[in-house]
Order: sequence, then structure tokens, then C-alpha cells
Amino acid sequence: MSADSIQIQTEDFDLATEYAALGQSHSTGAIVTFIGKVRDFNQGDNVSGLTLEHYPGMTEKSLAKILVEAETRWSIQGVKVIHRIGELALGDQIVFVGVASMHRGDAFQACEFIMDYLKTQAPFWKKEATEDGSHWVDARETDTTAADRWK
Amino acid sequence: MIKVLFFAQIRELVDCAEMEVTGPFESVNALRAELAAKGGKWALALDSDKLLVAVDQDICSLDSPVADGVEVAFFPPVTGG
Repeated sequence: MSADSIQIQTEDFDLATEYAALGQSHSTGAIVTFIGKVRDFNQGDNVSGLTLEHYPGMTEKSLAKILVEAETRWSIQGVKVIHRIGELALGDQIVFVGVASMHRGDAFQACEFIMDYLKTQAPFWKKEATEDGSHWVDARETDTTAADRWK
Repeated sequence: MIKVLFFAQIRELVDCAEMEVTGPFESVNALRAELAAKGGKWALALDSDKLLVAVDQDICSLDSPVADGVEVAFFPPVTGG
């Protein structure tokens, strides 16, 4: 993990730019990236967009802990997490996780681990806008189950 | 003083993002009880069994002590990603 491994921002991000930054080392043999997007159907029908709130300070601290944990479990050469906040529209990118490693196994597993832990530990909250007004998204049991399998 | 923060639906319910209270408290639960005693929306927001709490930006249990000068945050289960 480096000083710029974690970015919390309102602006969008570019996959090609992040991919290029992760693949700088000639010993890197695998790069796995994940992007989460705003979809039209979640706990409410016809979601038209969402607002993302977070806890400044704790967000960065909790993500740093997750990345350090990933680095102790797998051989990682580069890692990047970008999470957007504020108003997002349908189809917008929300989150990026990228992991560079010598081998694919480490990159695949570390990327999934980081996302599973981010979803259950990093202090972000989504509020969905629908035709019937807006509501806070409920935490999902399946996300907790997904994170628990790494214990 | 203790800085107390509220997020997401908790923040909306109590209509307050940040406040200061005089401490210390024996536990987070004691602080929670004092705030909930304001009644109405405060009791409703802070009595949830799904309430999460962080002291100095680390998630902790309701039994954790609250020293003077710390930052305490109350929030619902997280839903990012």
C-alpha cells in the first residue's frame, strides 16, 4: 500500500488510467480490477440514482486497515481503492478496486477480499432515490456472509 | 469535551450531524443512554439494536469506555461499495 492507494472523491475515475498505474512493474503478471456501478433495481424499484455519505477520516483509516490485512495474506505488488461520494446517477461508477500481483491467484483473492471487507466495514452509506421518494439502503446479510468466509 | 457524530439515517432522525457533550462516560452505552433520554427521535434513533459505534474512528462495543477528548460516532450498518 502506498500513500495514494486510497482515494475518496466526488469525481469519476478512469479504468485505463488506473490499470496503467497498477502495471508499472515488469514482474507483475496479473492485474485484477473490480468496478461497482449504480444499478436500476435494488431494494427499491426503479432506482434513479443515489447519494453516498461517509465518515471522513474513519473511511480512510478503515480502508487502510483492510489493505494492510490484504497485504499480509497475499503477495501484492500494487493496490488501489477509489470510492466515490455524493450524488451518483444510474449507471455511474461507484467504486474501483485494483490489485497487481505476480500471479493471478493472489490478485483475484485479494481483490475480492478487499471488496467484501469494504462492504461490511468501511463507513459509507447509500441513500437511493426512486419514483416513490428516497430511502436509506439496508445492510445485506449476504454481504456479512461474504466477508465472514475470509475469517 | 467529547465530540459526538451521527451519520446516515441516525443523523437524519436526530437532525444533528455533530455535537459536543461533557464527559467522560463509563461506557459508550452510558453516553448513548444520556442522549436517548432527550426522548422522541433521539430515543428512537439510538435505541436501535443495529446501532454501530466508533470511538476515535475505530468500531467498538457499547461497553467501551469514553474518555474526555475522544470522538464518538453513532451510525447504522454500512452500505458502501
